[in-house]
This record gives sequence, structure tokens and C-alpha cells, in this order.
Amino acid sequence: MSSRAGFAAVVAVLSGALFWALREIPWQQVPLLAVNSIALGGLLFLLSSGFSLIFGLMRIPNLMHGAFFMLGAYVGVTLLWQGVNFWLAALASAAAMAAIGGLIERFLLRRLAGEPLPQVLLTLGFAFIIGDVCLMLWTGDPWQPATPAHLRGAVQVAGLYFPIYRLVIVLVAVAVAVALWLLVDWTRLGAMIRAGVDDAPIARVVGIKVSQLFTLVFALGAALAAFGGVMSAPYLSVYPGLDFEMLPLALIVVILGGTGSLLGALVGSFVIGFLYNFGQVRFPDLAYVILFLPMLLVLVLRPQGLFGRAQQ
Amino acid sequence: MTALAVKALDKSFGGLRVTANVDLIVAPGERRLIIGPNGAGKTTLFNLITGEIAPDSGSIVLFGRDITRAACRRRAHLGLARTYQIITLFPHDTILRNVTLALLGLSPLRWNVLADLDGQTDLVDRARRALAKVGLEHIAERPLAQTSYGERRRVEIAMALAQEPKLLLLDEPFAGLSIDERRDVQKLLQAIPRAVTVVMIEHNMDVALELADRITLLHFGEVVVEGTRAEVVADPRTREVYLGG
Amino acid sequence: MRVLTPQRTAIALALLALLSLPYWVGGTYYINIASQILLWAVLALALNVLVGYAGLTSLGHAGLFAVSGYTAALLLGAGYGHLAACLAALVVTVAVSKVFAVLSLRATGIGFLMITLAIGQILWGIAYRWASLTNGDNGINVSTRPAPFGLGLSAAPAFYYATLVVFLAAVVTMAVFARSPFGASLAGTRDQPRRMTALGYNVWLIRYLAIVFSGFWSGVAGLLFLYYNQFISPQVSALTTSAEALLMVISGGSATLLGPIFGAAIVVIMKNVVSAYIERWNLVLGLIFILIISFMPEGLVPGSVRLWRAGRQWLRARANGWAARPARERSP
Repeated sequence: MSSRAGFAAVVAVLSGALFWALREIPWQQVPLLAVNSIALGGLLFLLSSGFSLIFGLMRIPNLMHGAFFMLGAYVGVTLLWQGVNFWLAALASAAAMAAIGGLIERFLLRRLAGEPLPQVLLTLGFAFIIGDVCLMLWTGDPWQPATPAHLRGAVQVAGLYFPIYRLVIVLVAVAVAVALWLLVDWTRLGAMIRAGVDDAPIARVVGIKVSQLFTLVFALGAALAAFGGVMSAPYLSVYPGLDFEMLPLALIVVILGGTGSLLGALVGSFVIGFLYNFGQVRFPDLAYVILFLPMLLVLVLRPQGLFGRAQQ
Repeated sequence: MTALAVKALDKSFGGLRVTANVDLIVAPGERRLIIGPNGAGKTTLFNLITGEIAPDSGSIVLFGRDITRAACRRRAHLGLARTYQIITLFPHDTILRNVTLALLGLSPLRWNVLADLDGQTDLVDRARRALAKVGLEHIAERPLAQTSYGERRRVEIAMALAQEPKLLLLDEPFAGLSIDERRDVQKLLQAIPRAVTVVMIEHNMDVALELADRITLLHFGEVVVEGTRAEVVADPRTREVYLGG
Repeated sequence: MRVLTPQRTAIALALLALLSLPYWVGGTYYINIASQILLWAVLALALNVLVGYAGLTSLGHAGLFAVSGYTAALLLGAGYGHLAACLAALVVTVAVSKVFAVLSLRATGIGFLMITLAIGQILWGIAYRWASLTNGDNGINVSTRPAPFGLGLSAAPAFYYATLVVFLAAVVTMAVFARSPFGASLAGTRDQPRRMTALGYNVWLIRYLAIVFSGFWSGVAGLLFLYYNQFISPQVSALTTSAEALLMVISGGSATLLGPIFGAAIVVIMKNVVSAYIERWNLVLGLIFILIISFMPEGLVPGSVRLWRAGRQWLRARANGWAARPARERSP
């Protein structure tokens, strides 16, 4: 099946599924579900944009990405509990994860340069460690900080209430998307990243310090995941196991959207957000499983993802 | 009937046309040499003929059979064999096992899960004979990791010859060899029976020219000159291609 | 031909030790550990077919392991006999392996890994969330162990022997497989897939069959696990289980027959020892992963040998350097 036909087929099946699901849902629920969907989509974008960048540049799926999300959330929640301003807490947590991610990349991942499989397994090992450390430090109870005061409440539109915080999540996600797009498409750093994604060995030859770029992108990915984790805490809470629940979602978004493509991560995140929320209403027991259907669809019809490049 | 009839073969990667409207007709038993500067598309042409990449347009006919759409693995069963420019042998095995694997590819035995491969005397003996033809039977049990570059080049050729192909594609068989080694390989290639049609890519003109009946010169994916040795050597376009006239 | 080669003597001694194990190992607790090692070794051997021989690393094998256990548990709960439950479990596992294969073979290398991970997670999601089918987090209890030929397996030694029989069957099957033409073809696709295609092999089909074969034995291991614990829960299909299985393969050294067996022993013993003192097994698992991958990627045994040799060389070089100095410098 050609790439174009595959793209069309995937979009057709997904749209069809969405419409079919919509028919069974009482229309009063739809607007709120839609808001929840784009909120989840926004969080997923924060999670998977970093994953997509790391995979695109370093060619490894970062299996500790869910752990960055969760640990970032825990750190943010702890700061919030100390009375720190919400946005400061989110940024501080992101910075902390960036530091941790950068150190891991620089001193452990780089030693295994050129061997993707060991690198992936290394990230898996760290994922396990972080998971248990979180359990030790923050116990097994879920933590859910209160929504920041200035973002509480709801707006009323046409007789329906929309929670402000969830709308804010979407706005933040879009802002981050724009910022990333500007970074990648308009700055020199972004050009170097793109060169590294296209062809790392040639980029080295041309003088781009690809190794340092790897460290930077890995740290950036960790920061984005952590930021997303803090943002999700008031909405979804933080709990043990969140890391390995989020990781497959990042995987699906990237497989669906195409690796190395920010647009793919954006579109994929919102598709998954909708699928999860609407699917949950329709098939509560199978909502998690339904998320994987687009992945299977893409694998069969268009393996490079909606916006990825075809493999030679 | 021709051994190989390539007509109007075309292949592009993105904006780059690596194979441009290539025609190649090789008669049975012929020795054809394909030459051209680096990047001329010689190995790509081989990859198209073996089916490792698919052409954008054109046709490939092997001994009267159209194989343009045939899967790569089918072509080996139809009598096509090749060696590679970069040595691609099985690093964890002995050279005997390497050649045995080549023979196994065409045998229904390859699906057998119960027999002992080393005990298949028929197959193993044929592998030994193939190694003998390239003068390596005395080190048949040696692990590949302990062989020299020249020996590995000969293993490549043994693997291709072992399959008793009707059309043999040799991709730079002399690359990286010393003068003595080159002479050995040359004798080897000269000893190939005329039942096997040979198409060879080579840079080393001194040895390659002696083996060739006809020569095809490729440049930027196109056939620039084709003819007998004398014709091609005398043609002014040949000098142009190599000296950038 | 000598009958008593060193290799055969070692195998004979090992067999003797295994057969007489309940008599010298010192108690039910240790017999049970031995049973665990053997059943996990079957899973490790199954995974090694892909990791070691096919060059395909899977992080979804816990899913296949769990499918088998859950199928049998559900059928037993519905009143079916052990034979029917086990057969059905294996049939279902093979069917799921076929789907697993078709989907995961859309890619190789890292892509393959990602797809197997996702499939493993799907199966975990079904086990965990589809509570009406699988009883969710509460798991499913199995009240009795089978009694083949009238021999009850509820006692530890009896179950150990049953597991040993299955384990030996697995080892023999793997040995025959590795020596066979198909096994050689599979190893060929690991090392030079492009060349194998040009030589006439159907690489996709070879890998597909290997995955199904691996899935079958994973299913067998799953049944052993179910009967050992007489209980199954979604934890079995979690990513940590797949990671443990992978650790068994790489710690023992892949692409050998003994490697996964040693790896299983190492991981099971470590898990039991560690769990007695520390609650955080995942932490230890992660650390071991990192250490092995960073310093001994070829496996503990080959890696230890390498480090030992390197250490001796370094010591020798120091001693030589010391000896080469003028005499007055040598005295403290």
C-alpha cells in the first residue's frame, strides 16, 4: 500500500471510529468530554514531544521517559506543598529533571554510543530504579495537589461549564508546541538538531558537536516530561505506576504520529486524548486497550506513522 | 535468448536519479565488465538486478524470464548469485559453515528443524568442493574471525560459485587485495566455466580488462559507452568520464 | 570415538545432580527455589531463541507467558479438566504468538522492541482492566495441581520432578533446534539478513516461525508458573516480568544453550535472597541491568572471565614495571 493511501486509510478508520463512538454517547456529555480530551492531549504532547525528539535524534526509545514524567510530578507536588508558586514549581522540577537526564546521558548513555539496544536497556534499568525510589520517598498513596488558586473554577459558555485549569493545560501545551517549533525551525540550535536527526554521522563531519547535542536533547526531553508531569498532577494526580502507564502512551503517540515529527506528536497526542476519553465512556473495561488500536492500524497501513518519513 | 536483458531501468532516491534509463544485454556465457567512477550507480544496478531494491520503471529479464517483480529471494532460485563489495560474511561461523549456508539457501533442507546440519554430508561435501575451487579447503574449519582479508574475498566467491548459478554478479572482487592475491583471484575467475555468465564491477583495470569480453561504462547512472574492450578503450568519451574532459 | 568426553561427563554429572536434588538440597524451601529456576529457565530459553538466535529483542514476552497462564486458569475455573485447560492454553498462546509475530515483524531492531513492548502492555492492560474477564488485580486462584498418570503434584518434590521433565524436554528441543538447518538459517538472518535474502532464504517466514516457536515454549513456562503458584495476577504480564526474562538471557550470555539457564538461576536466586532483606526488588533489578549492560554486556560468565584476565594482565604489567626499576627505588 502506498504511503499516501496508507495515510488516508488511517485517517479514515480513526475518523470512522470516532463518529461511531460519538453516536452512542449522550450529546450533553460531549462538550466536557471534548475538553477533557484536549486536556489529556495537551499533557500527552508535553510527554511525547520530548520522547519524539530523543527518538528522532538519538534513535532510541527512551524507556525512562515515563519515569521522568512521574518523578517530575512528585518533585513538583513536593514543592507545591512547601507553598512554592505553581509555575515556579513546574519550571524548577523541569530543571531538576533536565539535570538528572543530562548527567545520565553524559556519563552512562554516551559510553554506549553506537549501540542502540544496550542504551535502551540502560534507560529501562533507570526506569525501574526511579520507580522504586519514588515509592520509597513518596509512599504508595496517590498525591493530588489542589488546582492553583488563580486557575480554579470554570467558564460558562452556552450554558455549559468548562473547567479553567484544563483549558489552561491546552494553552500551555500549544505554547510549548509553538516554542519548540520556533526552536527547531528557526534557531541555529534547531538547525543542528535537524541535521543530527537527518544524518548524525554527516552532521559530525560538518562540525556539529553531535554528542553534546544528544546530551542537550535528552535533558530537554526530560524537562518537557517533568513539566508535563507537574501540570498533570492537579488533574490526574501522581501515583506509583504512573510511569509505566504513561510510557506506552508516549510510544503510541510517536508510532502514530511518526518519529522525529513534532507535528506528528501534536496530532497523535490529541487523537489519543480523544480516543481515551470517548473510549472510556463507551468501553470502560477496555479503554486502555483501545488506545493501542491506532498503533496497530498504523503498523499495518503506514508503518512510518502519519508524519514520519518512509524507511528506505 | 539472452542471459540478462535489462531495459530502460530507472531508479531515483528523492531527487537523485541513480539509475537513468539503463539498457544492458548480456549474452549467455559472456564476461561483461561494468566500469565507471565512484557514484556512477554500479552497485545500485546490481541491487536492482538482484531485487534488493525495486526499480521505478523498466524491466529485468533473466534467461527469458521476467523477474522485474520477482522477490529477491526467488531470484537466487532462478540461478542468480552475487558477491558484495563490502564483505558480508557470517562472522561467528567457520568458513565451511559460511559456504554451507550459501548452499542451504537453495535446498528444501533449510526448513528442517530436526536434522543435524553438520551431519548433512551431501551438503557439506559440496561446500568443501566449493572451497577447494578457491583454494581454501585446507582451512575449512577455521573460524571466519581468524581469516585474512584475501581469504575472506575468496570465501565470498566460493559462496557465490557453490550455488552453481547461471548468472554471477561480482561486485569489485579484487578490492583491497595485494598483487599476488589479485593474480590468484584472476586465475580463479578465468577458470569459471562458460556455462556461467559473469557480470563484474571493477575498478582495478589491469586485472579486470583481461577477463572481459565486453565493457559497459556507467556515469551518473547512465550507460555512456558500451562495446568490446578495444572499442571502449579507444572511445574518447571514456577518457572524458575519467578525466572530466 | 571416546565415549567419556569432558562435555559428556559434565552433562552426566549435572543430570545426576538435578535428578537427586530433593535429597541433597536441604528442605522444601530450596526444592521450590529449584522448581522456580527451572520454570523460569524454560521462559529464558524461549526468549533466547529470539534474542540470541534471531537477533530480535522482545520486551513483550511476559504477555505470552501470561496468556497461557490466564487461559488455563479461566478454563479450570469454568470446570474443565487439567489436560483440556493446558492444551487450550497452548493453542491460544500459539495463536496470540502468530498475531504478535505479524505485528512485531513490521520492523526490526529497535522498532521491533517498541512494538513488542506495546503488545506486552496491551496484554497487561487486558489482564488488569478487563476485570469481568480476568478478575483484575485480585487474580485468579487455582485450587489443585494436575495429577498426570495418577501422580499428585501438590508436594514440592513431586512438582519439582514434573518441572524437571518439562525443563529437560525444553533443553533437548532447543539443542536440536540450534543444531538444525533451520536453526542455522535463523542465526544467519541475525548476522546478515540482506545476504540471506539474496541467497534464497525467506527471512520474514524464518523469523515468524521462530517467534511462534518461542511463543509456544513461553506458554509452557506460563503453565508451569500457574501450577507452581496456583495463582495468577496481572503482575505476571507487567513490563518488569519481561525485563526480568530479558535480564536472565543477557546476564547468562545469549546465543548459547547454557546461558539462559545460568541467567535464570542468577536472577531467581538474587530475587529470593534480596527480597528477604530489601523490599525494593525493582531497584536492585534496575541496578543490575545497568551494571551488566555497562560493564559486561556479553553476559556475566564471559564478562567475568574477561575482567579477570584484564585484571591479571594489569597486575602483571605493574609487577614487571616494578621489577624493571633500579634496585634502590624498589625498597620501601
